[in-house]
Amino acid sequence: MTTEAATPTTAWTDACLAAAIAAVAPHGVGGIVLRARSGPVRDAWLAHLKSLLAPETPFRRLPLNAGDDRLLGGLDLSATLAQGRPVAERGLLAEADGGLLVIPSAERLDGGRTARIVRTIDYGRVQMERDGLSAKLPARFGVIALDEGVEPEETVPTALRDRLAIWLNLDGLSVRDTSLAPDWPRRVAEARDLLSRTSADPNLAHLFCEAGLALGIISIRAPILALAVARISAALDGRHEANTADAEVAARLVLGPRATRVPTEAPPENPEASEPEPQHADAPETTDSQGEDTQPEQSITPEDMELVLAAAAAAIPKAILAALTDQKLAGRAPPSVGKAGASQASKLRGRPAGVRRGEPRNGNVLSLIETLRAAAPMQLIRRRLRGGPFLLPDGRERIEVRADDFRISRFKQKTTSTTIFVVDASGSSALHRLAEAKGAVEIILAECYVRRDSVALIAFRGTTADTLLPPTRSLTRANRSLAGLPGGGGTPLATALDTAVQLAASQKQKGISPTIVLLTDGKANITRDGKPGRKQAMTDALAVAADLRALHVNTLLIDTSPRRNAEAEELARSMGARYLPLPHADSTRLSQAVFAARSTPDDRSGSRS
Amino acid sequence: MPAIFPFSAIVGQDEMKLALLIAAIDQSVGGVLVFGDRGTGKSTTVRALAALLPPMPVVAGCRFNTAPKDGDETAMVPVPVVDLPLGATEDRVVGALDLERALVHGEKAFEPGLLARAHRGFLYIDEVNLLEDHLVDLLLDVAASGENVVEREGLSIRHAAKFVLVGTGNPEEGELRPQLLDRFGMSVEVRTPEDLKTRIEVVRRRDDFERDTDAFIARFAADEDRLRNHIVAARARVPGIPTSDHALERSAQLCAEVGTDGLRGELTLIRAARALAALEGAAAIDDVHLRRVAPMALRHRLRRTPLSSPDSGARVERAVSDLFGGAGERLVS
Repeated sequence: MTTEAATPTTAWTDACLAAAIAAVAPHGVGGIVLRARSGPVRDAWLAHLKSLLAPETPFRRLPLNAGDDRLLGGLDLSATLAQGRPVAERGLLAEADGGLLVIPSAERLDGGRTARIVRTIDYGRVQMERDGLSAKLPARFGVIALDEGVEPEETVPTALRDRLAIWLNLDGLSVRDTSLAPDWPRRVAEARDLLSRTSADPNLAHLFCEAGLALGIISIRAPILALAVARISAALDGRHEANTADAEVAARLVLGPRATRVPTEAPPENPEASEPEPQHADAPETTDSQGEDTQPEQSITPEDMELVLAAAAAAIPKAILAALTDQKLAGRAPPSVGKAGASQASKLRGRPAGVRRGEPRNGNVLSLIETLRAAAPMQLIRRRLRGGPFLLPDGRERIEVRADDFRISRFKQKTTSTTIFVVDASGSSALHRLAEAKGAVEIILAECYVRRDSVALIAFRGTTADTLLPPTRSLTRANRSLAGLPGGGGTPLATALDTAVQLAASQKQKGISPTIVLLTDGKANITRDGKPGRKQAMTDALAVAADLRALHVNTLLIDTSPRRNAEAEELARSMGARYLPLPHADSTRLSQAVFAARSTPDDRSGSRS
Repeated sequence: MPAIFPFSAIVGQDEMKLALLIAAIDQSVGGVLVFGDRGTGKSTTVRALAALLPPMPVVAGCRFNTAPKDGDETAMVPVPVVDLPLGATEDRVVGALDLERALVHGEKAFEPGLLARAHRGFLYIDEVNLLEDHLVDLLLDVAASGENVVEREGLSIRHAAKFVLVGTGNPEEGELRPQLLDRFGMSVEVRTPEDLKTRIEVVRRRDDFERDTDAFIARFAADEDRLRNHIVAARARVPGIPTSDHALERSAQLCAEVGTDGLRGELTLIRAARALAALEGAAAIDDVHLRRVAPMALRHRLRRTPLSSPDSGARVERAVSDLFGGAGERLVS
């Protein structure tokens, strides 16, 4: 068996195969996550995909700023007014029925829109309950999520990714690699025909489940999607039954990219299952213990298993492979929800912005279109009551809008802020300080129910600063990250500030106003490049502090040393931070100090949320 | 309408299934909140339950699902399970002017919304933690009063809206507001099954269902009938099962032990245990019933303390075995 590294050619061949699979049954495999910069290679792939679709197949692009009216549909205002009867407008999701929905910059999709798309995928239809209209429209489509993320954690929202069978990465390919085999269109057309008559070797389900566990893939959608991909792969080959060759294809396209751990060489020890399962393929117990009403089960052979794992392993992205190995070295347990946990930070989540009845006062903004939408149905009634049309002084007829029709827009990011805790976890008092910081994060998070704010936590000790908690509003995640917070070691203050500056800057870029709360005694002793030395460490820290000042972020330095100390004060000054000596910071006082620091006059205008 | 995966064909997820059955047997237990991993069949299970329930009588032609009184002309309709999708506008939730009649005939007529459609049935909200705040407020109002009131431009409508709220969500997407959390009678946490055998069975059944839906549904038809009959029989038994002093005392102890606020916990605990007893054909509520429903009735009512473990279910279970003796054996139906 060969475990060839993914050369550009094989990567492109796989990408073409993936396109063909999605073109055979767009809805059947959920779709494809395509990680690639926008450019000629991606364009070539998209053109290839489009050429494989049957004529008239919908191929819709989701504009990044599409609101609910465009996504789900609603009242077509101009047609309604013109025709004097309600005219519904189909949304993009319904328009994509039977074809593909392309989502550019899918890594920037927010939680609300992700949930709407995901739900539509699950139900195969879109339920519109908007503007007085109620409709259920078929919407069975595949999604092509174009992931243009730069940072590893900047990627397509997990809820969506989980449902898309194939994860491709075209980075590193050049246009030279993008030649096409001529017979794809014919194979796709024939496979579309053959698919309903294509079954899968009954062992494949077992194979995918076992391989999935060996690769640390928790989601059960992965083996389900792998099975679907295997069947299409067989159909593309003109066969009626998916076999181990198809299993390899599915392992490469579906399982490999989802791996959260590297499988061991030997047939896998069952790593996750709570009780020892009959793992080894030659164990006969698997056969009779189940399947009263399913097909009689055969056991899978170790060779099959090895083949599938090798195929999957070849497709584990290099970056992830490196991370996985690091993780192993650090002895850290793999995250319990796959890679999902960590990557979720990238999402700019917030409440879906909406429109509601209300007066355009207190800084609320009138939504003109929605107001007209609300007024439209009343026109005839109002005309009747008046006994004639509503006329302007110059005799022109006009639409009559009353206060009752007013609709105001609600803005998602308006009240969003992130409090970034930077906690000194070095030295002897670390444990106490950490416990208090944890407590404060908890209290502030609880407050976030109402405020819709998030909290992040950076801890520094030894030679590094780790973002233990990326910006989140979830108590569950916070609890999980906080539980494992270590303490002790040197004080790499400069590195910590660096990390804080980066995080704060990225938050600002997303339109979120960050507040940095630094808990430290200000006694740096590790330099920016990780070497010991008090003097240089302090110089470095002051240099980064100046960067922080330039960022104009609301910053609070809480001095945790036993008594007021000059170094911390100086640091606060150069950061442009407020200085607060709080030798015995307890979590309640800490959170009060933070609330006080944050309540600067910002954009928290009238709208209660 | 796409075909619905049969309730009895769902592999595992026993706690979620039990909570939904209890809500279906006695609606007064309150709604069910299902939190958990992705891909655990949360929405599949809720939709499956809807298909399983026996039809209910309504006044023929009534758009508000009114229960018939003597002399009313009666029709049998499926128990409504109404989806409240994200992105729904307020007018569709509470009801509003009938657009067609307003625009074409200039008449003011009320078009009932989702709340009216859900009366005496289930209101299902996927990703309830992403629901817009003003809709949440509205739901809280209606859930508390059992009545929906619409006032708009001379239109004044008031109708009964009593429903079982079923919500799903993922805790990683953000927390629920405590007020809404409290509205749910029961809460369950679902996990992706991790043992190989169960996973294989899940994958096989899903594949079978996708490939030959009709045959798959036929395969489980007898199981579905059996379960439906169980539900009908259990509903009839509920009123006859007394609330013993012993059960009251036990649930008070349990609530004090885990530290829940208010009386709602105790009430839910008793009612859920009664529904379970009815489902199992028992004549009285005993400790075994209380024990089984305690985690789902109480885990979302615990006071949050800083650094409390997110797995509050475990906390309830600990309290239960402290109280009822450490037998701790898993009870399977």
